[in-house]
Amino acid sequence: MPTRKDDVYGDHISHKFNDELAELKTQFLKMGGMVESQVDKALIALVDNDGHLAEEVRAGDKAVDRMEVDIDEEATLIIARRQPTARDLRLVISVIKMVADLERVGDEAKKIAKLAIKLSEEGQAPRGYVEVRHIGNHVLSMLHDALDAFARLDSEQALRIMKEDKRVDEEYQAAARTLLTFMMEDTRNISRCMSVMWVLRALERVGDHACNIAENVIFMVKGEDVRHTPVEEAEKVVGR
Amino acid sequence: MNTLNSTITSEANLPEETRAQKYDDKPAETVIEEGRTVGKPLASDPKFKLRNVEVFYGEARAIKNISLDIGRNEVIAFIGPSGCGKSTFLRCLNRMNDSIDICRVKGSLQLDDQDIYDPKRDVVELRARVGMVFQKPNPFPKSIYDNVAYGPRIHGLANRKSDLDDIVESSLRKAGLWDEVKDRLDASATGMSGGQQQRLCIARAIAVSPEVVLMDEPCSALDPIATAKVEELIAELSASYTIVIVTHSMQQAARVSNRTAYFHLGHLVEVNDTTKVFTSPEHELTESYITGRFG
Repeated sequence: MPTRKDDVYGDHISHKFNDELAELKTQFLKMGGMVESQVDKALIALVDNDGHLAEEVRAGDKAVDRMEVDIDEEATLIIARRQPTARDLRLVISVIKMVADLERVGDEAKKIAKLAIKLSEEGQAPRGYVEVRHIGNHVLSMLHDALDAFARLDSEQALRIMKEDKRVDEEYQAAARTLLTFMMEDTRNISRCMSVMWVLRALERVGDHACNIAENVIFMVKGEDVRHTPVEEAEKVVGR
Repeated sequence: MNTLNSTITSEANLPEETRAQKYDDKPAETVIEEGRTVGKPLASDPKFKLRNVEVFYGEARAIKNISLDIGRNEVIAFIGPSGCGKSTFLRCLNRMNDSIDICRVKGSLQLDDQDIYDPKRDVVELRARVGMVFQKPNPFPKSIYDNVAYGPRIHGLANRKSDLDDIVESSLRKAGLWDEVKDRLDASATGMSGGQQQRLCIARAIAVSPEVVLMDEPCSALDPIATAKVEELIAELSASYTIVIVTHSMQQAARVSNRTAYFHLGHLVEVNDTTKVFTSPEHELTESYITGRFG
């Protein structure tokens, strides 16, 4: 019976199994950290016009992709060897799904880095960067909190992230309207503003992926699938 | 913009109190309370209605106040660590415990609303209705044909030789054994492989047209291929029989059963749909057992 609270995946009769699950968690969090830093760097590259840093982000995506494959393989081996059940099964299945989300976040970071290079080459005064910075900070903290909720198996925090996602969507809509105004003011702005719009779009997607991770955390903790359900429904599940 | 850096997660820099996790993923139920079973111990159309069942071996209480319904044409799996009472409980269902002198059974056990332990009850007739397959294949040292024909003969189920032939063939077919043995029905059953012997025992059990088949670890002495065949058979039989299976293989319970019952130290801790038990059990002890945290 699990007695130590900090070791919920770690008290199997088979120590090897404990190690395998612990390693899976560690690898996932490591990948999470990598992806967070990719998004962060891409935004800095954009705002600071740093083409060198943007190139670094583009190159860094390969390492993220490699991690996705490695973690998937590890999870597959655990299923084949251990036939995990209950909370162990939920952990392994969730990791497989969340890894896909992280990889997509990595892709969004790469996209932002590419746009950063394009925008720095065009070299005009920044438009809409305030919004980028704001939404960027917002989704990054969501991603951070989602990984933190995973690490601590905190379903209440996961629920908060699901709620945050709605606010990000609203912020994205508002930012898009601001950019539209710039474009209407001067048609020469259109190309630039569209690039910034793509950045915002990528950030909004990062928020969606953070939200997916949060949903998986609730599944891991509560054993109920809250995808495609209203937040009120998820609230009930978490409250149980 | 550099403030963004401060949000980066890595396991190493999580604050101490967040690493000492505030886990809330444990099933809500953690204590065993006598006579209380979490989940769904009742069935809408019960074949067996078992209430407040207690079994004693001398002074020792092996089964502690268990109430459970077993549904018609349901496959229910009994799981639990060794000595938890699952086999003892199974053997109550067709009074196999009668042969143990010091064994006493208390409580109400009904098959189709009739008391199983009624002193006037014909035990032979009961066991014809509630057949049993054991851990080790135990064919009679007779021919394959005679093994299957034995039951129908003593119960007078066939008047003519041709009727008996039909019963033998259909039972062997249902047990998935016919094609392997049809050319050597007169050969001794003891010369068959372990897996074939076990399927022969199943054929023998179903030859008398039982309503229920009890299986006490039917695959523990079989190789994976024979096991797969027996499991396939259970799936087919479940269309017309109620099946109760005791198994030490959790994966087997997960594969073959509709509901799973978890026994612990003579208590029935949890009964739930098998899918529920193996993905998110309600009781902490069930979770610990099926995830391999004790055995």
